[in-house]
Amino acid sequence: MDNLKTKPAKKKILLMGKSGSGKSSMRSIIFSNFVAKDVRRLGATIDVEHAQFKFLGNLILNLWDCGGQDAFTETYLTSQKSHVFSEVGVLIYVFDTESRQFHSPNSKIDLDTYAHIINALHQYSPHAHVFCLVHKMDLVPNDRRDEFLDNKSILINHYSGGFKNAVRTYGTSIWDQTLYLAWGDIVQCLTPNLDLMRNYLSKLGQATKAEEIVLFERATFLRVTDVTTPTGEENPYSDRFERLSNLIKTFKHSLQMYTGQGASHPFGEFTISCPRFNLVLSRLTPNTYVLVVLPPGGMDLVNTRLNIMGVRDGLAALDQPG
Amino acid sequence: MGKGIPTADAGPTTTGNGDIKHRSKRDQKPRLLLMGLKRSGKTSISNVVFRKMTPSDTIFLDTTTTIQKEATHTFMDFQIWDLPGQIDYLDRSFDAESIFGGVGAMIWVLDALDNYMETVGHLTDTVFHLQQSYPSIKYSVFIHKIDCLTEDLRDDTVRDITQRITDDLYDVGLENPPISYHSTSIFDSSIFEAFSKVMQSLVPQLPVLESLLDTIGASCHFEKVYLFDVISKIYIASDTTSVDLRAYELCSDFINIIVDLSEVYGWHQETDFHEGEQLAALQAHGAESYVNNIKGYTLYLREINRNLSFIAISKDPAFDREKSLIDYNVGMLRDTLLKVLDYV
Ligand SMILES: Nc1nc2c(ncn2[C@@H]2O[C@H](COP(=O)(O)OP(=O)(O)OP(=O)(O)O)[C@@H](O)[C@H]2O)c(=O)[nH]1
Ligand SMILES: Nc1nc2c(ncn2[C@@H]2O[C@H](COP(=O)(O)OP(=O)(O)OP(=O)(O)O)[C@@H](O)[C@H]2O)c(=O)[nH]1
Ligand SMILES: [Mg+2]
Ligand SMILES: [Mg+2]
Repeated sequence: MDNLKTKPAKKKILLMGKSGSGKSSMRSIIFSNFVAKDVRRLGATIDVEHAQFKFLGNLILNLWDCGGQDAFTETYLTSQKSHVFSEVGVLIYVFDTESRQFHSPNSKIDLDTYAHIINALHQYSPHAHVFCLVHKMDLVPNDRRDEFLDNKSILINHYSGGFKNAVRTYGTSIWDQTLYLAWGDIVQCLTPNLDLMRNYLSKLGQATKAEEIVLFERATFLRVTDVTTPTGEENPYSDRFERLSNLIKTFKHSLQMYTGQGASHPFGEFTISCPRFNLVLSRLTPNTYVLVVLPPGGMDLVNTRLNIMGVRDGLAALDQPG
Repeated sequence: MGKGIPTADAGPTTTGNGDIKHRSKRDQKPRLLLMGLKRSGKTSISNVVFRKMTPSDTIFLDTTTTIQKEATHTFMDFQIWDLPGQIDYLDRSFDAESIFGGVGAMIWVLDALDNYMETVGHLTDTVFHLQQSYPSIKYSVFIHKIDCLTEDLRDDTVRDITQRITDDLYDVGLENPPISYHSTSIFDSSIFEAFSKVMQSLVPQLPVLESLLDTIGASCHFEKVYLFDVISKIYIASDTTSVDLRAYELCSDFINIIVDLSEVYGWHQETDFHEGEQLAALQAHGAESYVNNIKGYTLYLREINRNLSFIAISKDPAFDREKSLIDYNVGMLRDTLLKVLDYV
């Protein structure tokens, strides 16, 4: 287990895209506990705002929120090029659904900027992951969203140069759970020891006969990883994890408003027991919560708690820099 | 018969020969009207509260041209009529009885961003006329889109509007009109809080419910207790300690999670797992949920029936230890509530 006794991995994440596309908004919601209606307060970002977040004990996210005004973009691509684009773990490029490039076929300026950025990234960090977020999907009528996103994905991929067919495109909005799906996947591709964590969750699953077990990070409530049994696989709600992330974040906010203080762990244990299912969402390690979904029936809460305790130490070790 | 307006669904209809008595007997559901100028936000409100429309999606709503009648499936059957802003309801040739007969409450939606002189005039005219023929209607004014005003403007605007309406009605001889005022926005819980108050004015058992909730609050050391209509997130009663919007918001976010998880994980048929007595016992107990260790607070929910849930906020450090006693007390309350509300 020597490989665990290292310093936390530090990963650089570039957040880029046109000014006003929503980069700082999404960062504030995911990492700073803003609720969606608070983001109107944000001003345009000047140059690059650096922010570090500890995600679990073993991963530090080094976020570069790059102001998107043309003048800044210009410097990223010239004088600061190597500084900005080297050692990048993930590039997140945010497109605005409202932006002109998607509406008038002649104005390709934003996609051209994207192509330049992709080239620079390919030059300095060819192994980076690229995520494109087509953001503000709430402004596209509901019944047109799938088609809209499909078209944009094709267009974006076309401009993705050395990362062609490797970019992952998501439709997102700060007004619903889609933001959590995208960011959950982004962070997951950087998280070390996922397999080891999953082993512990599987053990817990067997001991409790759970249908599904999900590990969430404490502060962002992004899904870290999950273990789902074949029964759970039949669950028709494929967006269930990000829905929960979104709802818990809102809940956390109103808990804070009510108690008047922040807390590293907003609550201890959340249980629901009803004729169709039982569940426990419980504080697990210093940086995680675990959701255990149990089949219907009288819930044996004491036993479930004991089983959760049983994997706590093992997971806590993975949640630490060592 | 005056001219009619096309209606969006079958709903309770006037038969053309104006057999109103017959109609209102058959149609005992209290009716709630949404009125106000065009674009004031009536359709948005009705969709956000009763159809769970995402608030930001309301920008796609078209102007309403016919009366939209919506029967709600909440703890109490009632209808919401969304009246297009573009029709003059005081026109003499208009069949007022078909709309205003049998109305329990009217909500006047007033866009706080508008130059509100015009709508205040409309509102006072309407109230003045309706008071004569339908004295039992209760009025609420929603000073709406309050999210668009800066904090410091809000209080002034509300005060100014309230004052104008009161003055105007006083001038025409209505001294204490039955009007309540609420500042609302579809982007936060204020619209639900305001709707809760309107609905409560239509619940005849309200005093009994409140005293039951006060009693359990005292005996179980709860800080605040509510009886929620789960799907609409309207609360039909609370204990009578002071109104606390944050407590309401907290409880409604708590319910949101439970409703969502129940949808997501409630896809099993319970009969796949249990039969007979065991299933009956589970169903008789009702769903239960709690959240503990919230900086000394505990949230507790117990299902009363398909629509209603009891929710309490406790600050009792001994909650965990006393949980079985609390369960028992709330179980008793549940039986009483079901009788009071005539469900059993
Ligand atoms: N409709 C809608 N608006 C959004 C969404 N996300 C952000 N916005 C709005 O977009 C505006 C700009 O957001 P910012 O986050 O400041 O944009 P930015 O990308 O950081 O801009 P720069 O810092 O100048 O590069 C804000 O007024 C937000 O309210 C979304 O999902 N939907
Ligand atoms: N900022 C803000 N906008 C709102 C609010 N409620 C509604 N709106 C907006 O107001 C506009 C008009 O809303 P509608 O619900 O169509 O208005 P209406 O009263 O039904 O109008 P008619 O059908 O023409 O009588 C929409 O663009 C809504 O998005 C609110 O609380 N805040
Ligand atoms: Mg910014
Ligand atoms: Mg309308």
